[in-house]
Amino acid sequence: MVRVKQILGAALVAGLATLGGAAFAQGGNVDAGAKVFKKCKGCHQVGKGAEHRIGPHLNGLFGRKAATYEEFNYSKGFQRIGGGGLVWHAESLDAFLENPRAMVSRTRMSFPGLEKAEDRANLIAYLRQFSDNPADIPEADPTAQGVDHDLDPAILALKGDPEYGQYLSGECTTCHQSAGGDDGIPSIVLWPEEDFVLAMHAYKSKHRIHPVMQMIAGRLGDEEIAALAAYFATLEE
Amino acid sequence: MTLNRRTFLGAAAAAASLSAPMVRAMGKPRVVVVGGGAGGATAARYIAKDSKGAIDVTLIEPTRKYYTCFFSNLYLGGFKDIEDIGHTYGGLAAGGVNVVHDWAVGVDRDAKTVSLAGGATLPYDKLILSPGIDFVDGAVEGWDLSAQNAMPHAYKAGSQSELLKAQLQAMPEGGVFAMVAPPNPFRCPPGPYERVSMVAHFLKQNNPTAKIIVADPKPKFSKMALFQEGWANHYEGMVDWIGDDFGGGNVSVDPNAMTVTIDGEETKVDVCNVIPAMKAGRIAELAGVTDGNWAPVNAADMSTKADGDVYVLGDASAQGDMPKSGFSANSQAKVCANAVRGALTGSKVFPAKFSNTCWSLIAPDDGVKVGATYEATADKIAKVDGFISQTGETADVRKTTYMESEGWYSGITADMLG
Repeated sequence: MVRVKQILGAALVAGLATLGGAAFAQGGNVDAGAKVFKKCKGCHQVGKGAEHRIGPHLNGLFGRKAATYEEFNYSKGFQRIGGGGLVWHAESLDAFLENPRAMVSRTRMSFPGLEKAEDRANLIAYLRQFSDNPADIPEADPTAQGVDHDLDPAILALKGDPEYGQYLSGECTTCHQSAGGDDGIPSIVLWPEEDFVLAMHAYKSKHRIHPVMQMIAGRLGDEEIAALAAYFATLEE
Repeated sequence: MTLNRRTFLGAAAAAASLSAPMVRAMGKPRVVVVGGGAGGATAARYIAKDSKGAIDVTLIEPTRKYYTCFFSNLYLGGFKDIEDIGHTYGGLAAGGVNVVHDWAVGVDRDAKTVSLAGGATLPYDKLILSPGIDFVDGAVEGWDLSAQNAMPHAYKAGSQSELLKAQLQAMPEGGVFAMVAPPNPFRCPPGPYERVSMVAHFLKQNNPTAKIIVADPKPKFSKMALFQEGWANHYEGMVDWIGDDFGGGNVSVDPNAMTVTIDGEETKVDVCNVIPAMKAGRIAELAGVTDGNWAPVNAADMSTKADGDVYVLGDASAQGDMPKSGFSANSQAKVCANAVRGALTGSKVFPAKFSNTCWSLIAPDDGVKVGATYEATADKIAKVDGFISQTGETADVRKTTYMESEGWYSGITADMLG
């Protein structure tokens, strides 16, 4: 068995080598992250009913542009960096949490940072649970964080039947546009087959939290997921 | 072997049956689809697209512009313009579907032809009916189609939606908006309640002392806990829902006096949205494939129990567990298209899989959803698995759900119409 998070971790390390961000690529531990979050609790809320306090609440953090809650009074430093296009992903959070002031020069967040890479990875994995955001696919940053399940290499090695995939795709294209547009539901065309298969199995095993996708993936067999991956990987319309 | 009468007839019959496919092979197989909504448009598009010209597909749809029923409540609430929910059929035509703007007025199942109001008669090998709904005569005492201007149903989107919105906008300060909700089964189970939410949103912005009364013949309804939570949170004191337990099913209306009488109590109202009991669109009945109000179908391919060459999709069908929704019709259409194409061209037929999700908007950025997957069993389309939004969800989750519904709208309209 190959640990999926190891595969993903390897992919992330490769993709982000220039950032030197191996730490967050290891995949954090959610429970350990909950303990780390105690340091943040004085100012930030997360989870059901979370509201802005001294700092903004942290639900839906992943994939969100920094400093975008209109009702929250951000520091000038944060407004500037948000305007500059900073989006919260695993790697940007990792960099920020290591030394907040180094990244956002005049943030009001009076926190020295988390020196240990493991703490940061754990905290990111914990926070990741509160971002139920469909913009989080394909199976790469940021959703890759916290994915912790096993996928048999034999499943990844399955060759899908694109004709069957074309038929099955009808169930996808009611929401996901076959032409690849994204108006609130992400594009799923032209993904690498392995990413597609990993993502669908993550929904099937409920490691990904979107209820529609858990339901749809939940009754697809390995062959069917492979067929869909094969079809969408080559779709041209 | 001597040639006797029996073997002679047998040989003749064999020759005749062999010649039949040859006759058809001289022209392409023909599919006629009646109704250009979520079921019919999808079926026409998929058969034309996937058969790559091997099947002649004709779509009969009277309107040149189709207004989706889904999201028409968002138009009432001010979240969409009417043109946002209007679509033309040019994409289908460009995709190889012969789009005929006419009414189908008759089906001759022996001759396998459909007759049109304009006088034409179209032959078919397979006929797909996706006519949506019509209203049951006399379902609401005092109301019939001649009263639909005074008391709009707005349950077929377009001019009726615009009329209801105009009436909503013209309501006097502190006026009363009444809704007569339909009995089960009906198109879009959360639809009346999303509409109540959207009307309440409009009134809260423009006429905050106005009231909404809902007379409902049902004791409960789709996403009830979610809607009631939302009404209490966003529109406190504005919505008075009168269910069957309190006489909500005992209703009559007077379109001239603009009164609604619920369980003997008469109320003067300013707007009255009457959503009567529903039945399959008339052409299904004319084709003789209905049993009661709906057309029973086989779950595996959506063919009717009455005729294996006639299929019924969407709201008009009696199929089992799926709600009558655009999503369901679209899902059923793809199963049907696969089966029809297989029957006519020998392409591979895969097992039926169905799914549905219904999103509803309660207030700005407060979206909820319910959905399920389904499979074909011997006697019906049966539910496999499902989910529903929870009460007390965070604002972020609700906003994401609403954004997702926007994505779905783009997705399904592209999937239907190309």
